[in-house]
Amino acid sequence: MPAAPDTIPTHSRSERESSGGYSGWRLLREAITGHRGWSRAWAKPAPRPRYRVVIVGGGGHGLATAFYLATQYGITDVAVLERGPIGLGNVGRNTTFVRSNYFHPQNIRFYEFSLQQWEKLEQTLNFNAMVSQRGTLNLFHTEAQRDLFTRRANQMRLLGVDAEAVSRERVKALVPLIDLDNGRYPVLGGFLQPRGGTVRHDAVAWGYARAASAAGVDVIEQCEITGIVRDAKRVKGVETTRGFVGADIVCLAVAGHSSRLAAMAGVTLPIETHVLQAFVTEAVKPVLDVVLTYGPSHFYVSQSDKGGLVYGGGLDGYNTYGQRGTLPMAEELAASAVTLMPGLARLRVLRQWGGVMDMTMDGSPLITRTPVDGLILNGGWCYGGFKAIPAGGITTAHLIATGAPHPLAAHMGLERFASGHTVDERGAGPYPYAH
Amino acid sequence: MLRIRCPWCGERDEVEFRYRGDATKLRPAGDADLAAFAAYLYERDNPLGWHVEWWLHVAGCRQLLKLVRHTLSHEIHAVLAPSDEVSLPTAEARR
Repeated sequence: MPAAPDTIPTHSRSERESSGGYSGWRLLREAITGHRGWSRAWAKPAPRPRYRVVIVGGGGHGLATAFYLATQYGITDVAVLERGPIGLGNVGRNTTFVRSNYFHPQNIRFYEFSLQQWEKLEQTLNFNAMVSQRGTLNLFHTEAQRDLFTRRANQMRLLGVDAEAVSRERVKALVPLIDLDNGRYPVLGGFLQPRGGTVRHDAVAWGYARAASAAGVDVIEQCEITGIVRDAKRVKGVETTRGFVGADIVCLAVAGHSSRLAAMAGVTLPIETHVLQAFVTEAVKPVLDVVLTYGPSHFYVSQSDKGGLVYGGGLDGYNTYGQRGTLPMAEELAASAVTLMPGLARLRVLRQWGGVMDMTMDGSPLITRTPVDGLILNGGWCYGGFKAIPAGGITTAHLIATGAPHPLAAHMGLERFASGHTVDERGAGPYPYAH
Repeated sequence: MLRIRCPWCGERDEVEFRYRGDATKLRPAGDADLAAFAAYLYERDNPLGWHVEWWLHVAGCRQLLKLVRHTLSHEIHAVLAPSDEVSLPTAEARR
């Protein structure tokens, strides 16, 4: 491996291996020896001229794919190329929920597999990702919503996934601040997935980057893709700001920007890019210990371990690459929050931010081959990318390693649109802004 | 907050309007093959830059408008009637 041409300090693989695992004992030992034994969590190698697999995008899905390629499929000749530093893209911008409360059987199976990976993620990665299965509670406010949620809960239970109907009284017990009779949208009850919850999103990025690096993957930051090199049939590699990197397989994991990267290879995708916003209030003592979604508008909220209420809503509704917040959504979500829990009116909002989503034409993701041989796409995650990270990583690694779709992600191919096999959870039709 | 200058109603807030997607997609002829219809229905250029798109003035005159808008700066270059010819700004897309 050539020496790094830049000034970023590097650690050799043996140095990393000798840095040891993370544990309570390790923390104690380091504490009494002045914290001098810690080393960098992942190496900072320079790109080599060629890899078997190049993964574009060092977010959750890119890093997870690299990690599972190395650990489950034995492919370690892998580079993850990230435009900026690890953790500043959508993996660090979401509202951190994990759940598997879908309706379509394909979606339930995929996201349930993902939830099962979350449940053992910290042991898999040897990293504290603060997995907190506090429960996901969806409220209903009309008889029709009750029927819809009951149908969804029954579908989940048929597939062995936990789902419970929750009475008005139990909603009040779970969420003491709630105003059940808010005049306009009285709460009739709820639908709870007890195993749903939250995960510390930054730790997911850091944990996968550290574990992938330790497994032999080159995690390369500050390396932006400027072009995809292909011949008539097959992908050859990528042009980057740090030179050409050849590859047998190039995997795009750049949700939000999939259309732009695919266009570099001459591929047009069934995707529009939209902004999704999130907000956090000042920190207060514990007031909410479930993930709560409100039925009349698109609004969801949880309380972080630091105490801030983290909340978000729907899309702004028009396509944009602007990773920033807007005022109409700030107003709409504040109104939803105060209708649901009037006490929240006393809180001040600290921050508002946005991330850009690949919104697909049916609201379901893409883990797929493309018309260019060797070019694999993991994208189209709409709102659901964070919770899907472990399953997305495993199934994308499977597709790269074996050339065939993983059974759990077989419905996520690009060909489903032309053949009419779309998986449209909301039944909204081919309008990306409607999902 | 977008402010959209509706040719019939004047300048209004974005909350009066609903985005209705890419306005460059034209329905293929009736005898076109399935691939042409799939591309029409599903594939989008999704550019970072100037975008020609439909907006419905749903809480105003209820006319369908054709906008030329930048997808990063959100600058609105033109608000047109559906049948109007579109000319994209020639200057380099502003960030």
